[in-house]
Amino acid sequence: MIHFVVHEEGDGVGVVVVEGVKKGQDLVGWIMEDDKEVKITAQSDIPIGHKLALKDYKPGDTVIKYGVDIGKVVAPIKRGEHTHVQNLKTKRW
Amino acid sequence: MELQKASFWGFKRENGRVGVRNHVIVLPVDDISNAAAEAVANNIKGVLALPHPYGRLQFGADLDLHFRTLIGTGANPNVAAVVVICIEEGWGKKVADGIRATGKPVAHFGIEQHGDHDTILRASKAAKEFVQWAGELRREERPLKDLWVSTKCGESDTTSGCGANPTVGNAFDKLYPHGVTMVFGETTELTGGEHLVAARCRNDEVRKKFQFMFDRYQEVVNRHKTSDLSESQPTKGNIEGGLTTIEEKALGNIQKIGRKCTVDGVLDKAEAPTGPGLWFMDSSSAAAEMVTLCAASGYTVHFFPTGQGNVIGNPILPVIKLCANPRTVRTMSEHVDVDVTGLLRKELTPDQAGDKLLECMFRTANGRLTAAEALGHREFVLTRLYESA
Repeated sequence: MIHFVVHEEGDGVGVVVVEGVKKGQDLVGWIMEDDKEVKITAQSDIPIGHKLALKDYKPGDTVIKYGVDIGKVVAPIKRGEHTHVQNLKTKRW
Repeated sequence: MELQKASFWGFKRENGRVGVRNHVIVLPVDDISNAAAEAVANNIKGVLALPHPYGRLQFGADLDLHFRTLIGTGANPNVAAVVVICIEEGWGKKVADGIRATGKPVAHFGIEQHGDHDTILRASKAAKEFVQWAGELRREERPLKDLWVSTKCGESDTTSGCGANPTVGNAFDKLYPHGVTMVFGETTELTGGEHLVAARCRNDEVRKKFQFMFDRYQEVVNRHKTSDLSESQPTKGNIEGGLTTIEEKALGNIQKIGRKCTVDGVLDKAEAPTGPGLWFMDSSSAAAEMVTLCAASGYTVHFFPTGQGNVIGNPILPVIKLCANPRTVRTMSEHVDVDVTGLLRKELTPDQAGDKLLECMFRTANGRLTAAEALGHREFVLTRLYESA
């Protein structure tokens, strides 16, 4: 069963595609572009459609998704943690 | 899907364009003509009024866009005939003449010196003739290239970028070699991925025009913004769905133009394309505004991927909804035409998902009502550039 998807190898976040992911749950991810599997333990409850970090981040880091810069980290993020507006912001506007 | 000899059943119009619907519309030129227009549509069955809140004291480029949108809507081949109503006859005639250039039947009426009662009577008589005439028009088999397909996504979430939008991209890649005329837009929603679109432009001339439109819209945002636009772009609904930044939303959005098609030309808002291929149209990313502009540009079928469940439709342009979010498909199934949730479970390949959308496109073109049409979604929203005088 696939719990989250990753667009391509090298992306720093995955997208949860099932409902009800809980902290501590072991998750299976699918790297779509490369058709590979990746495993990770959720460090937060994560709603469907929301992202989880695939690596540790510190403030100022850039997050890559689709192989492209999607913004800057503004609070530390641990691998497996919920990555959203509380710790990631746009670099534009 | 084999598209070499693909065809659909449409209504060939006087100017050679082919529609997939056969609407007779009553088009008010201004806000104060809405009541008469709606009265005509109430009197004569099978006639559709398109009320809207604008048309008074607009000027310059904003007024030009108003006329271009109304004329384009009436000229769209999904429309068989048009009754135009205006507070005074001059601008009514201007809009009617613009639509008449297509050769389709058009009548126009001014309210001043007549009042609503007499205007409604005269316009109803014309509408009755038109609707009876249109009822005898027949669909004929037409080649795929006669179809014009637009796309714009709404209430996107992260599943849009990995499911529904790439499905549109797959379909666009398949339609492109067959001479179909296609369009995408949503200018601010390319922010962070504009370099990817620029790289897809056919030549430097197209690239320069695209960059001009992109920069022009960025200036609007920078002039008026009071924040980083969080909760507006991305919207509150996008954020609820898991999208965090405009860059992330843009990269998902761009999946809609596939991987193979070239951006062949650039249009200003509501401008008609001059040939087949993929066009970029400068436009708002607000769903109803963008889809209204697509209809005014002459597009006849629309692909609308959604994540969180945007419910939009359009009065004359069939809006096909596709969704890859299993929660949305479960809770809002009446709005979804094409379920591509299987993509995220590895039960559906992108190629199969694209075919599923194309199959729905042909059925819709041949006459099947979309979910939005069946549910009565007729959002007709004109884009404004600035205040009225």
